[in-house]
Amino acid sequence: MDQILFNLSLLGEYPIVNLKIVLDGVMIGALFALAAYGLALVWGVMNVKNLAQGDFVIAGGYVSWWLANQGVHPLLGVPAAFVVMWCIGWVAYKLVISRVVEKDLFTSLLATFGIAIMMAQILNLLFGSDTQSIKLDYDTLYFFDGFIDVPIAKLLGVLLATTLAACVVIFMKSSRMGQAIRATAQDARAARVLGIDTEKVYAFTFSLNSAICGAAGAIIVMVWVIQPFYGITHSIRAFVIVTAAGLGNLPGVIAAGLGIGALEQYGSHIFGIGYQQAIAVMLLLAVLLFRLIQQRRVRKSLQ
Amino acid sequence: MKTRKLILYGAALLFTLLAPFVMPDFKTQLATLWLMIIVALTWDMTGGQMGYNSLGNIFFYGTGMYVAAVICIALTHDVGEYTNAFGDHVYRFTDAQYFTGVALGILGAGVFCSVTALIIGYLTFGLRGPYFAIGTLGVAIAAGELVSNWDWVGGGQGISLPVFPYDLEQGKIFFYALFAATGTVIFIFLRWLYTTRFGAAINAIRDDEEKAEAMGIHTLRYKLTTWSIAAFFVGVAGGISAFQLIHFEPLETAYQTINLGIFMVVCVLLGGKGTLWGPVIGAIVFHLFKEVTWNYLLGWQWVALGALIVVTVVYFRDGIMGWLMHVRPEWFGIRVEKKTGEAMQEAGA
Repeated sequence: MDQILFNLSLLGEYPIVNLKIVLDGVMIGALFALAAYGLALVWGVMNVKNLAQGDFVIAGGYVSWWLANQGVHPLLGVPAAFVVMWCIGWVAYKLVISRVVEKDLFTSLLATFGIAIMMAQILNLLFGSDTQSIKLDYDTLYFFDGFIDVPIAKLLGVLLATTLAACVVIFMKSSRMGQAIRATAQDARAARVLGIDTEKVYAFTFSLNSAICGAAGAIIVMVWVIQPFYGITHSIRAFVIVTAAGLGNLPGVIAAGLGIGALEQYGSHIFGIGYQQAIAVMLLLAVLLFRLIQQRRVRKSLQ
Repeated sequence: MKTRKLILYGAALLFTLLAPFVMPDFKTQLATLWLMIIVALTWDMTGGQMGYNSLGNIFFYGTGMYVAAVICIALTHDVGEYTNAFGDHVYRFTDAQYFTGVALGILGAGVFCSVTALIIGYLTFGLRGPYFAIGTLGVAIAAGELVSNWDWVGGGQGISLPVFPYDLEQGKIFFYALFAATGTVIFIFLRWLYTTRFGAAINAIRDDEEKAEAMGIHTLRYKLTTWSIAAFFVGVAGGISAFQLIHFEPLETAYQTINLGIFMVVCVLLGGKGTLWGPVIGAIVFHLFKEVTWNYLLGWQWVALGALIVVTVVYFRDGIMGWLMHVRPEWFGIRVEKKTGEAMQEAGA
C-alpha cells in the first residue's frame, strides 16, 4: 500500500513522468489497436469472435524472431510474418472457422479458444517458454534531461503499424475485394444475391485478419517481449478495445487502443509490474460493466 | 422401464461404493473423476439448461480452495504468519482441529462461493452469449492474478495445508468419499430440480429470455439462484481439492483457467448439453481419454486437448447423448412416427 502511494506521489512530483508513461503507452497501444482492428473486421464481417487473436499475434512474433535468428533483418520479418500468418489463417479458416460461421456465437468462441490453446502449446513446444525479443541496434533519443527516452526502434514500430493500418484502410475503401467485404458485413444474404462469393470473402477476411495480427506480432517482438502464453492477454486486450469502441468504428478502435496502452502503463507504474495481466483483465471488466450500464438505461442487454 | 432404471441407478451406486476397493491403485484418479462429474454437472446447470455459457466457473473452484484453506488455518493459527513462515516454524494441527477445519472449511467454501456468485451474477447477467463467456473468463483470470499478488494468502507460492493425520491410503478413501458424496448429492438434486417448475423456468430462459420475461418469469432471480447453487457445489469441490492436494498455488492449481476451467466445458459438450446424464457420461469418457492418452503424448497433450475441443465443437455438437437420442429415440421415451411409406411397406410385408 505504501509503495502504491509512493508511486502515486511520484507522478505528482515529477509531471514529466506522466508524459513518459503516456508516450510508452501510446506506442504500445498502437499495436494493440492493430490487432483489435483485425478482430473488429472478423467480428463485423462474419460474426466470429476470435479468441485466438492474441495467439496469431504471438505466432507472428515468433516467425519474425526465428527469421532474425537465421540472420534476416528484423524489419523484413514484418512482411514475412504477414505472409506466413496469412497462410496459417487461411488453413485455420478452411479447417475450422468455415464450419462455425453460421453457428451460434458460443460455438465460434469455443472453437477459437481451442485453436488458441493448440497454438500456444505448439509455440511452446517449438520455441520454449522463455520470453523472447529482438534487440535492434538503433539509438535512443533523449528528451528533458534524459527523463524521457524514446528508442528509435519503438518509433519505427509505430511508423510500421501506422503504415500497415493505412494500407488496410485504403484497401478496404477502394479495392473490389474491400468493397465486397464491406457489402458482406452489411448484409451477407444480399451480397450473395448480388453475386458476391461470400465464402471467398470470409476466407479472405479471416486470412487478412490473421496476417494483420502476424505483422503486429512481428513489430511487438522488436519493441517489447513475446512468450507462448501471452496470447490470451492480447486477445483480451483486443476484446476490450472492440467492446469499448463498437464495431465498424475505426477512429474509436484507434482511440481505445491508445487509451488502453496508456492505462496499462499507468497501472503497472502504480501497482507494480506483477499486476500487468490483471490490469488488462480488469479493464475488460470495467468496459463490460460500463457498456452494460449504458444498455440497461435503455432496457437492453449486451449481446 | 421403471425396473430397468432402478437397476441402472442401483448399479451406479454400487459401483460408486465399491470402486475404491475394487481398484485400490486408482483411488486418486477416481476422486478426480468425481471432481470432473461435479464441475461438469454444475457447468451444465447454467451452460446447458439455462443457456448462459460461462467460461469462468473455475473462479468458484479456486475461491473455494482458498476459502477452505484460510478457514482451516484461521481456526487455530494466524493466517498471515502461517503463509509467510517459509518453514522456520512448525505448525501443528491435532486430529480434532484437522477434521473441524476440513468440515468447516468445505462448508464455508460453498457458502462463500454461492454468495460471491450472487454478486458477480448481479453484475454480469446483463451480458448475453459471448459477452457473458468472456466476462466470466475475465473474472476468473483477474481473480487468479490478484490472488497471486496477495501476500496474506501466500502470493504466488500458494498455501500448504496440514496432511491427513492417519494412514495415507485411508486419506485417499476419505477424499474419494467426500467427492463421491458431493457428486451423488448434486446428481440426485439436479434430477429432482429439472423436473420442477424451476427447471422449466430456466429452460425457458435458455430458449427465449425475452418471452420468458414476458410470461412473468423473474429471469434475473432465476439466473442468480441457479448460478449460486452451481457455485456452492463447485466451491465445495474446490474445498475438498484443497485438502486433497495439500499444497496448491494460484495460477496453475486454483484458478487453472485452461485446465479444469475448460475441461468442464469439454466434458459437457462431449456428453451432450442440457441433459442430465450427458455431463456424467462426458466426464467419464473425457477422463478416461485423458488418463489413458496423456502420458503417451509427451508434451503434445495440450495440443490434443485443443484439437479435441475444436473437433467436439465443430463436428460433434450434440454430444454423446444427443447422438444417442438421434439413433435410439425409443430409449428416451420419444416416440417417432414412422413415415407413411415405411409403415405401409411394413403393413404390406
